[in-house]
Amino acid sequence: MLWILITLLALGALGFVLGRQRAVASAGGDARILHSLPVYYGTNVTLLTLVPALLVLGVWLMAQPIVIDRVISAQLPDSYVAEAASRDLLMTEIRRLADGIDTAVERGAFNGRHALDLSVGDDIRQQLADAGVALGADVSPEVLQAAQSFREMSGAGRTWMTVAVFALAVAGLAYAYLRTNKDLRARNRVEYMILGVLMLASTLAILTTVGIVLSMLWDTRNFFQLYPWQDFFFGLEWRPSFEGNSELGLIPLLWGTLYISFIALLVAVPIGLFAAIFMAEYATKRVRSVAKPLIEVLAGIPTIVYGLFALITVGPMLRDYFAAPLGLGNSSSSVMTAGIVMGIMLIPFVSSLSDDIINAVPQSLRDGSYGLGATQSETVKQVVLPAALPGIVGAVLLAASRAIGETMIVVLGAGAAARLDLNPFEAMTTVTVKIVGQLTGDTDFSSPEALVAFALGLTLFVITLGLNIFALYIVRKYREQYE
Amino acid sequence: MTDMPISTAPKRSLFAADARTVRRNRAERRFRAYGMAAVGVGILALIVLLVSILGNGLSSFRQTYVSFPIELTAERVDPDGNRDPGEMARVTTFGYLPLLATAFEAHLDAEGIETDMGVRELAAMLSEEAPAQIRGMVLANPDLVGQTIDAQILMGGRIDGFFKGRVTMESAERDRNVTPAQLELAQILADRGAVETRFNWDFITAPDASGSRPEAAGLGVAIIGSFYMMLVVLVLALPIGVAASIYLEEFAPKNRLTDLIEVNISNLAAVPSIVFGILGLAVFINFMEFNQSSPLVGGLVLTLMTLPTIIIATRASLRAVPPSIRQAALGLGASKTQSIFHHVLPLAAPGILTGTIIGLAQALGETAPLLLIGMVAFVREYPDLMSVHSNSFPLMGDGATALPVQVYSWTQRSDPAFVERASGAIIVLLVFLLCMNLIAILLRRRFERRW
Repeated sequence: MLWILITLLALGALGFVLGRQRAVASAGGDARILHSLPVYYGTNVTLLTLVPALLVLGVWLMAQPIVIDRVISAQLPDSYVAEAASRDLLMTEIRRLADGIDTAVERGAFNGRHALDLSVGDDIRQQLADAGVALGADVSPEVLQAAQSFREMSGAGRTWMTVAVFALAVAGLAYAYLRTNKDLRARNRVEYMILGVLMLASTLAILTTVGIVLSMLWDTRNFFQLYPWQDFFFGLEWRPSFEGNSELGLIPLLWGTLYISFIALLVAVPIGLFAAIFMAEYATKRVRSVAKPLIEVLAGIPTIVYGLFALITVGPMLRDYFAAPLGLGNSSSSVMTAGIVMGIMLIPFVSSLSDDIINAVPQSLRDGSYGLGATQSETVKQVVLPAALPGIVGAVLLAASRAIGETMIVVLGAGAAARLDLNPFEAMTTVTVKIVGQLTGDTDFSSPEALVAFALGLTLFVITLGLNIFALYIVRKYREQYE
Repeated sequence: MTDMPISTAPKRSLFAADARTVRRNRAERRFRAYGMAAVGVGILALIVLLVSILGNGLSSFRQTYVSFPIELTAERVDPDGNRDPGEMARVTTFGYLPLLATAFEAHLDAEGIETDMGVRELAAMLSEEAPAQIRGMVLANPDLVGQTIDAQILMGGRIDGFFKGRVTMESAERDRNVTPAQLELAQILADRGAVETRFNWDFITAPDASGSRPEAAGLGVAIIGSFYMMLVVLVLALPIGVAASIYLEEFAPKNRLTDLIEVNISNLAAVPSIVFGILGLAVFINFMEFNQSSPLVGGLVLTLMTLPTIIIATRASLRAVPPSIRQAALGLGASKTQSIFHHVLPLAAPGILTGTIIGLAQALGETAPLLLIGMVAFVREYPDLMSVHSNSFPLMGDGATALPVQVYSWTQRSDPAFVERASGAIIVLLVFLLCMNLIAILLRRRFERRW
């Protein structure tokens, strides 16, 4: 791989020199006669050499494993697949064996001939272990055969890929070189290609979204084939068990998520809003220049830090001074813990967005209010805030979407028990906690217990996306009013 | 002219405020105090957060060692007697344990310290990692065999906690892992100057250690993993982000597609990070079959996450370059591409760099998506940094971890000493973030131009 890239780059560099030379030569050494600057002729050749070759290389690298998997999987005798746990597991085993043999050859433990002549009688597992490759199970003849044809096809694929890529690079180089003469509109061609690259880069955002949606839709569909959707959306119990018969109801998780987010907003909105009002309307320039960055530092702190803060400081404190004396529970991870810490995290979101919005309210409104004899606080309450209200609602909605999607604070602060309860000092759990819980560790991606995480993820995505779009819509609509 | 109704209000003095004014002024002061209190609460929260983390974590940078002479008898460490490290490696750490224990006991005897504890209980005062350290020392330098070395031996987590005030005599009564007698002995040793608590470089350089030896756990592998991921993010996100911004800001026609892209980017910036983890799991690991928990996959996921941040920052700084620059370039005969790449982009570079560094800082602290792509694995070994084989850690291989994920794994362990470690790891993380943000601020101060 590496040397293919290096050779390609070298070819590109060669193309640059050749193209430039040929262009200058065709103008008789006088660059003024050329259509474009000499650099562009060189770049033109380089780009035509590299771009198609690299594209083919990339596509090939992605497609080859998929194609080979299909072919090998089709070759496996059905009777054998029926014995094994599943086709996927078998394919993993085959791939691992093939990789292992390759590694052994690479490390010099096997020579190429020996690797081809392996048979089941040789105790391959032991031989590979001696070469420093650990296999999970003993090798059966079917797997060995499949692994050998896997290696063979990969090897052939690699050879053909190398040939194709270099043929394309050389062809591109030759074509561009031969086309180079003083009248070639080299600059325009290069600029078109650059524009193409820029466009490609900007579509990546769409590709990401499509990738998110598709990957989750696909596995969610698989999940709903194994587990009825009514039970997921309306189930009141969350009790996954890996022996089957799991209860995977969304409601308790959603309840925990919303309860924690509500408490977080209860903390963040008043504090953030008052802080914004103070900094926009009252604070002197000096106070503002100190206080605003300090509060915004809160937004730059990673959420794992808040999580640890909840776990080691806030949780035990709430338990010892509030929950236990009041007889409301003795768990240090609770809705309150996660909610308060998350609220602290959200203060800067609310405050800096509201600050901007309050600042955008025209001074004339305030002056009018002062002129009628209102005090500063009356002006804020009765003129500025109503004018800024849509924007502030937008800011709160954005904060709410943050709170719903937040993971590390709730993983460390809220607990893992799915519960429908009103007591805020009780441990509850959220959608994000369960996504982490179901997908970490050894997971079997064909069981509903693992696939449910994708359905949860999709639910989360839809909720936060809806909130975001709504919030952005409100903020944007409001901004236009005073512009 | 109609009759004006004569005011029936009582006579007011111009010098004393009436009740209503007093009330309104009081409301004004109250309102102002609320605002100040809100700012105060915000700043207080920041201070409490930092103090809590620093208070819990600073002690992890110091570690307790005891020094006593150890005789590395040849029959124990080199049974074959040929001083060949390959052969000597066959003596495992269990072979070194008695060596240490007897040396410790002998040292106590020589010092005249009376104790009724057995060898086993004495050895339990030392870290389980200590035999491995001595073994590493011997294997690195076979000439030590047969000599008596004066080594600094790592003490166990509970003894270390005793000197840091985390473990007390009372808590030791209830603790299965330490006895008050051990603590008393440790105190006696400390009084004689044999125990030293000093700065602990190993915390920053050593790899992770298992759940029963918090005193030996370090951040080395996690820092390397984070570094590789940041490298991937930088290499991918910066060029792609800049290219996308240039297209959207300078070239894109106003149509449905570009509208869609814009809405998309602003929404992607607000998608919960864990959703990117699910994407990475489904696409990069289950579909493309990259290795689980490789820095490459982590970097790719973080790249997708940081791209919106970088694009938004880059577009803002491109927009800040005044149109006169573009017009001047076009007027002198430059093409549009030339005007952008030769003039606009260099002028926007400081802003782009600042945005990139802030995006990187965000990516460095991100945990949730990395948990989903399996980075929670326990990584005991340092990776072979020079390895080019695709199945070991540096870029493509599995078994990588990252700083914030290391914090998470440590919080999941039962030994309370890991809380100290996790807080210490957060201090390291925050120091990195602080440095990155300082660089960003300096860049902005130094190079930003106001037009």
